[in-house]
Amino acid sequence: MDERPTVASFFKAAFYLAPALAVLGVFTIYPIFSSLLLSFYADYDYFHDVVYRFGVDNYVYLLHDPSFWQALRNTALFVLGVVPASLALSLGLALLLRQRLPGMAAFRTVYFLPVVTSVVAISVVWRWIFHTDYGLLNYVLSWFGVSPVPWLTSPRWAIPSLIILAIWKSLGYNILIFLAGLSAIPEVYEQAARVDHATAWQRFWHVTFPLLAPTTFFVSVVSVIDAFKVFDEVYALFGGNAGPVRSALTLVFYIFEKFYREQDYAVAAAASYVLFLLTFLLTLLQLWIGRKIAYNR
Amino acid sequence: MVRDALSKGTIYLLLSLGGVLMLLPFLWMLSTSLKAPNQVAVLPPAWVPVPPHWENYAEALRMAPFGRYFVNSVIVTTLSTIGELLTTILAAYAFARIRFWGREVLFSLLLGTMMVPGEVLLVPNYLTLTKLGWIDTYAALIVPWTASVFAIFLYRQHLLSVPRELGYAARVDGAGDFRFLWEILVPITKPALVTIALLKAIGSWNAFLWPLIVTNSREMRTLPVGLTAFTTEAGTAYELLMAASAFVIVPMVVLFLLFQRHIVEGISRAGIKG
Repeated sequence: MDERPTVASFFKAAFYLAPALAVLGVFTIYPIFSSLLLSFYADYDYFHDVVYRFGVDNYVYLLHDPSFWQALRNTALFVLGVVPASLALSLGLALLLRQRLPGMAAFRTVYFLPVVTSVVAISVVWRWIFHTDYGLLNYVLSWFGVSPVPWLTSPRWAIPSLIILAIWKSLGYNILIFLAGLSAIPEVYEQAARVDHATAWQRFWHVTFPLLAPTTFFVSVVSVIDAFKVFDEVYALFGGNAGPVRSALTLVFYIFEKFYREQDYAVAAAASYVLFLLTFLLTLLQLWIGRKIAYNR
Repeated sequence: MVRDALSKGTIYLLLSLGGVLMLLPFLWMLSTSLKAPNQVAVLPPAWVPVPPHWENYAEALRMAPFGRYFVNSVIVTTLSTIGELLTTILAAYAFARIRFWGREVLFSLLLGTMMVPGEVLLVPNYLTLTKLGWIDTYAALIVPWTASVFAIFLYRQHLLSVPRELGYAARVDGAGDFRFLWEILVPITKPALVTIALLKAIGSWNAFLWPLIVTNSREMRTLPVGLTAFTTEAGTAYELLMAASAFVIVPMVVLFLLFQRHIVEGISRAGIKG
């Protein structure tokens, strides 16, 4: 509205921004820094709010904590199990759902339903589906001669169970983003390839897929970050624990335990910064891979 | 492309197969929630319980204060959503329509915070709330969530797409900024606000880690927290557990079916630069 910043416009802006900045300042901006500071508290007294010494002790502690490494390993396994599978399936389904055929809208609704569903509540349902003796999943597998799998009671199957649930939950969102990305691609390119007698597979692989790269990149970054922060599913599937013999301990669950159950705030803050760093690095890595693929075609 | 590779029948077959797998957990939840205790662990399962035992829902309500949890969830969701809308409308207006010193720097700083996972904020926010004496109150469940950088960013985009001439026209009519925003801009951008509100409501209703941490007493629990507590109380009474899960899931499913277009549009837009 006003063409140049003035003293008056500054105060006017301050008035409009005050409510949002008050909340964001206290609950978003301040804690980002205070969490970083907290992660370097080496020796402190919470009761009197005194810090005697700053240092990297908490980070050193993490490096020497076998539980932390276990959590990292489990989280990495989980991410590797969920993301590629979910991306491939959701891209395939998005290609199918794009067809101009009757009934597609209803299918989209069905695929999207899990996205608006409470993770905790649906995990309670899956807990019942995963039941070793009476669960639906083992019952269906028994048709194919598979003997009952102890999904939630054996350390071997805890992470695979989480992966199955997470793929089911994440498909809808990824399909939606892929559909939006696909509809943004001009049809001219595919028609040109058609004129050149490219097969359907060639058209997908050499035309659609490269043009979809920005969307694929976005979906993979969001999926990786999301999978990295898995917590609700673990808590609800294993009744507030980290699974049999802590076999489903994930990074955020580790942070939760340190903070909430052991009141070890400084270590929890350090672990949360490690999470931040890792998600940040993974995003950069994906950006780099995306660039390489885009330029080396 | 797909149509050259696959027949119509194959497409429908694949989509139906996937669709059944997507719906199965929901159907299984409803089916189990209507069974008598002695019908629950029976294989092969009966999908349609005869007669349906609707009293399971009453029984779940009797065993745990789900009514109270429900009211809590409604209060928290409603107030967080209204709060976020107010702070978003005002802040986005400043970023879209007022020129002031430090605007770009401030906006970049806010966008930068979106990179930070919420888990980083957990510990300091808990300590802040302890200092304020807010633990186990509605304020703790609501206030920290009444502003969102994401929402400000989204709404600012919408405000920027409104032609600037509108502002000049309003000026001529003698409307001040504040009136212009509320009487002209807000009504024009209503669809965007509905979308932002819906996404917020879904997120707020389903939130778990934060309410789990800041509530101690039974009376303050929201639905998801109450449900996880109920899993230990109900033990292996799966018909009650499924009824309780339905309390959490069904309201959002209904909301989604009513406002599907808005929700889908909002998520697509947020994902792809709209």
